[in-house]
Amino acid sequence: MGLDDNLMNEVGQNTADEAIKVTDLHKSFGTLEVLKGVSLTARKGDVVAIIGGSGSGKSTFLRCINFLETPSSGTITVGGEDVEMRADGSPANRRQIERIRTRLAMVFQAFNLWTHRTLLENVIEVPVYVLKTPRAEAIKKAKVLLDRVGLGDKAETFPSFLSGGQQQRAAIARALAVDPSVMLFDEPTSALDPELVGEVLTVIRDLAAEGRTMLLVTHEMKFAREVATHIIYLYEGRIEEQGPPDEVFGNPKSPRLQQFLKTVGW
Amino acid sequence: MTLRALFQPHRIVMMVLFAIFVIWCAMSLRWDWIPQYAPLALEGLWRTIWILIVTCILGFLLAIPLGLAQAIGPWYLAAPARVFCTVIRGTPLLLQIWLLYYGLGSLFPQIPWIRGSDLWPYLRQAWPYAVLALTLSYAGYEGEVMRGAFSSVNKGQLEAANSFGMPRFTMFRRIWLPQAIRNVLPTLGGETILQLKATPLVATITVVEIYAVSSRVRSDMLIVYEPLLLLALFYLIIAGVITLLFRKFENRVPTR
Repeated sequence: MGLDDNLMNEVGQNTADEAIKVTDLHKSFGTLEVLKGVSLTARKGDVVAIIGGSGSGKSTFLRCINFLETPSSGTITVGGEDVEMRADGSPANRRQIERIRTRLAMVFQAFNLWTHRTLLENVIEVPVYVLKTPRAEAIKKAKVLLDRVGLGDKAETFPSFLSGGQQQRAAIARALAVDPSVMLFDEPTSALDPELVGEVLTVIRDLAAEGRTMLLVTHEMKFAREVATHIIYLYEGRIEEQGPPDEVFGNPKSPRLQQFLKTVGW
Repeated sequence: MTLRALFQPHRIVMMVLFAIFVIWCAMSLRWDWIPQYAPLALEGLWRTIWILIVTCILGFLLAIPLGLAQAIGPWYLAAPARVFCTVIRGTPLLLQIWLLYYGLGSLFPQIPWIRGSDLWPYLRQAWPYAVLALTLSYAGYEGEVMRGAFSSVNKGQLEAANSFGMPRFTMFRRIWLPQAIRNVLPTLGGETILQLKATPLVATITVVEIYAVSSRVRSDMLIVYEPLLLLALFYLIIAGVITLLFRKFENRVPTR
């Protein structure tokens, strides 16, 4: 049913509007098939929340999109550009992957800020050394971004001196610095103490409100319902159910989704 | 340390004892040979220092590929790198110096095109063999250190670089190498001091560094302790400077 829904989505829609499109993605680790054909289309401005139990393949799916994991098969199209893949799913063209990755900024569960650089250096790293933005310009922009996530006064601080929430906000600033066409959030609040979750969600909520295209793997159901335009529920590597948040959360059809929502205390 | 902390009773006693020792050394030992040997000593000191710096830098530059090959290289690079590190670390440095100097050094003159080359004026001196041996030694030890250093860098750090489309060499230069070096800076500081203390071995192949100068004084003047005490002081000062330099690097970036 996942594929049908995606086909429905495309009716009357210009492909230029399409930020990212994944078709029939499979991924196996050895004999274990983690993704069994997942498809997804996000138009510009869409916020797609991917939910599911642990081991459902939701993080793997997100990581396959920018080839941090090599998919086994399927196609991925970013901004209308097909990613060239070999028969085994590995990227055929390293240059192309690098170029596409610069448009897909990722925010990790474990933040992964570069520990040997200050926040400002973290934020300007990719613009200066990958995108070749002039340094002064990158610094100017980085300061604006750090201000925006409430860390303007921490620009010269090293990540290890900050709380998890601050680090994650800095990681979001780092992701914004590349002007991504799609932002990928991989459980951005799962490693945080409960009292720090709110400050990170506030930042992501603002991004959603300004029309950023985002794919968001999350355990925060309330938040997903509030900010997402589309919900995908993954179960054992397949899309079990998907649709607008009010339908998925308000009137779940699949018994598995009903069960899942019950276990997470929805 | 504040002045007040310095003037604790036990510290005062230690300082007085040390002062007495220094005064005793100055009064009752022979130092009249110093003016005569000062120019040679300065020359030797300078030679010790440049040999240390050059071999550490060259050795470390070799250690990076050696460590990288062992950490992530294919077997045909990893295996030779491992063999090299094992051989260097498993044999005495003195032996390595002699093998290079007496081995290569006596082989080269028999090869006409080497004798005829522009490098010959250098190759007939001892210091190139000393520099080569000490460089290889440092590379062998640090290659092993760097292997661990490269493996110890958190995978998430590299994944973040990857996820932003950073090209592989940029990632190596900007993220992986700096973090690897940062993680092992304390070890490298200690190894550099060990390298300093290995330099006297090159005196055995006629390189006149600071230890050789003290030996010269001993054999010329039949004075044993005075040059050795002065020598110890020189090495202590150089080791102190190395420690301070590495501490300065370490403090620039916090660990973790």
